[in-house]
Amino acid sequence: MEESIKKISIVVSRGSLEGVYPGLIMANGARMEGIEATLFFTFFGLHAVIEKKMDKLKVATVGNPAMCVPSAMGPGLPTWLGTLPGMSWFATGMMKKEIEKLDIPPVREFIEMIHDTGCEIYGCKATVEMFHLTKKDFCPQVDDIISVGQFYEKSAGAQIIFT
Amino acid sequence: METVEQKSIILERDADSNLKNLSDWNKEVAVELAKEEDITELTERHWLVINFMRKEFKEKGDAPSIRRLTKESGVETKELYNLFPKGPAKKAAKIAGLPKPKGCI
Repeated sequence: MEESIKKISIVVSRGSLEGVYPGLIMANGARMEGIEATLFFTFFGLHAVIEKKMDKLKVATVGNPAMCVPSAMGPGLPTWLGTLPGMSWFATGMMKKEIEKLDIPPVREFIEMIHDTGCEIYGCKATVEMFHLTKKDFCPQVDDIISVGQFYEKSAGAQIIFT
Repeated sequence: METVEQKSIILERDADSNLKNLSDWNKEVAVELAKEEDITELTERHWLVINFMRKEFKEKGDAPSIRRLTKESGVETKELYNLFPKGPAKKAAKIAGLPKPKGCI
């Protein structure tokens, strides 16, 4: 039998709803399997752990040729339609409804839950400085703001997944 | 005592080594299955989770997600991981005599 995965480190680099959820689901899923997990938020991914932003993440409707309405197998959404005011709001509402049906929590609740499972949560120091943020801007589940070097230290023995 | 121990070993299992037949389960079997997961004692809190899982499985055909487990059983996520270290949903399902939960959350 192949050796099982013991530890993972997930990097979340995007701040759209569809950019954030896969990393959260994978982190939670790892903990459910007894795999050690660390979440590292960088660039716009940080929005998932910023107090004032985390409840307002949206689906990106521009620059996504796979975007279809009203669901995945529907016709593609013409790019220019995605730019109309309210499109992102509309798509976000649709996706949140489907997410809730699957019993997947909203971002804030999910972050709390994942942290409670023993997953460590970190913010990227370079981005925090670039965006002029401080530790106070983040939700309490963020354990620390760390450099990329510290991230690699904490990821010793882990498989790193970039999302 | 000896019979119980023997019984839990020879009971039919699925690929995840969970019980194959729900009807083989009883409280003594649960205690033995817990030992296989390195849980030496089943407390009242453990039973609360186990009984909740069995009830949910009977009603819905799958074990509950961690989120529902947390919200509806009254046992918080942190405590769940303390009671059933390294994967509460999976371990509690096994001890409850159920197949491994199918959900992702």
